[in-house]
Amino acid sequence: MALTVKDVEHIASLAKISLTEEEKEMFSHQLTVILGYAAELQEVDTDDIPPTATVLPVRNVMRDDVPEPSLTQEEVLANAPDPVEGFFRVKSILGRPS
Amino acid sequence: MELYQLTIHEAWELLRKKEISSVELTESVLRRIEETDDKIRAYLKVTPDLALQQAREADERRAAGDDTPLLGVPMAIKDVITTKGIETTAASKILEGYVPPYDATVTGKIREAGAVILGKTNLDEFAMGWSTENSGYFVTHNPWDLDRVPGGSSGGNAAALAADETIGSLGTDTGGSVRQPASFCNVVGLRPSYGRVSRYGVIAFASSLDQVGPMTKDVRDAAILLNYIAGRDPKDSTSVDVPVPDYTAALDADIKGMKVGLPKEYFVEGMDPGVEKAIREAISTLEELGAEVREVSLPHTKYGVPVYYLVAPAEASANLARYDGIRYGLSIPGEDVWDSYEKTRGAGFGDEVRRRILLGTYALSAGYYDAYYLKAQKVRTLIKKDFEDALDKVDVIVGPTIPMIAFKIGQFSEDPTAMYLTDILSLPNALAGLPAISVPAGFSEGMPVGMQIMAKPFQEEVVLHVAYAFEQATEWRKFKPPLDAKAQEVKQ
Repeated sequence: MALTVKDVEHIASLAKISLTEEEKEMFSHQLTVILGYAAELQEVDTDDIPPTATVLPVRNVMRDDVPEPSLTQEEVLANAPDPVEGFFRVKSILGRPS
Repeated sequence: MELYQLTIHEAWELLRKKEISSVELTESVLRRIEETDDKIRAYLKVTPDLALQQAREADERRAAGDDTPLLGVPMAIKDVITTKGIETTAASKILEGYVPPYDATVTGKIREAGAVILGKTNLDEFAMGWSTENSGYFVTHNPWDLDRVPGGSSGGNAAALAADETIGSLGTDTGGSVRQPASFCNVVGLRPSYGRVSRYGVIAFASSLDQVGPMTKDVRDAAILLNYIAGRDPKDSTSVDVPVPDYTAALDADIKGMKVGLPKEYFVEGMDPGVEKAIREAISTLEELGAEVREVSLPHTKYGVPVYYLVAPAEASANLARYDGIRYGLSIPGEDVWDSYEKTRGAGFGDEVRRRILLGTYALSAGYYDAYYLKAQKVRTLIKKDFEDALDKVDVIVGPTIPMIAFKIGQFSEDPTAMYLTDILSLPNALAGLPAISVPAGFSEGMPVGMQIMAKPFQEEVVLHVAYAFEQATEWRKFKPPLDAKAQEVKQ
């Protein structure tokens, strides 16, 4: 399964990563190689085998809904690139078809 | 004997007898770092003022009657584990300048125990890699041969331990990142069972695989650290409510009658003959100690690589989606919000990280999910079952940690994907969630060789028991690197 530059462009737009033309070329080759290893898995019979998403037998770990102290607003905004009056400022989200 | 050469338990002995103070011990290690780290580059950041302050506090606590193994002992922490108030970067440019407002649970535990934090060690960016060459900052050098890698992703930890630039350390292991550098640098690296140690505050790479692991100069130290970090954490719902025994009680030199399994698939074709020889001699040592060694089979071993390289990148693509320049880290403004994300992530992530995010995104995307991610998860079930079946017949499974010695820096720069094939022995047991340790087991061409010992989930005691018995019957841990560029022939 060979990945083309177009495939890489599509994946990169899903992952929101900008790439140069050289990088798109490079990654299309490298990803093709890695997916070649992955193709080996097709030879394994997994018809009645359930997938393992986690090795632990735990599911839906719950706790009581009791509020506890957390970080202050100041602490949380301390690393913010563009804090404004207690908010993280972002560019507008609506206005470009995605 | 210099103070920086001590192990955790040796330091504890001297501290409790008041023959040394934590300040003296810390000053010795800080001086060692100053003298050595420009050659090794194990540390991304050294925190001498904090360390000395903690050392003074530890000495005060000790004077007031407190006496526990980590009190006043200098520790290094891999920079993928958050430390409140100390810059934490995951060795990525995208987190340059990020100062966490909270401690990881494991960091909090060792702080509470009175450990002294020396600094943050280098790693492959976001723990993705096997050599520490993928660090966004600089490469760490193997103290045994400065032209070679220390391994990865916890290469900084392993190098610091080998060069005595720390007394103990905490690393992380997703597919081998604690064990393989331990093997390359002649130190001990323990990967606990998945769920044994809290991942809260550990910068996530692959959530079904990541585990914090002690990396130390000997097995006793690893048991001591595991005592502190193991246990259920309400902040990590994947940390399991299994009681934490005293792991140091498992350190027994008698392994008579223990059944040791040697997978026939683990002596791979093309394996370094020096590594094979060292491991076979190590196995003879286990037999001399009274263990019963028998062949087992783990038929799906070879699928560990493709399964890992679908599952881990898929999980990583989800975990690394948070790096968008909005709440922290690198933030490059673009024309609109999407453009800002793309520019920030394009510039902030290195090649290996971007490679894995792209791979993971593809494996999860519509039309490919079944053939790639789901298929890999099914084969993962078979890999796990191989271990369950084998560990019904034997107490532990052993083999080489990695079928090679540390490679030269730059060796895989032409073809980074070739490095993926090197770690076939540490991936399957990580996928199965087993506890596993790498212990020094000899040398090949002057470079360290590690032996891996693994057991059933939550049987760290069994792993530590066999590791300790082997370690005490050999002298490998006492060898120290000459700290020059030529690999030295080690006298045996």
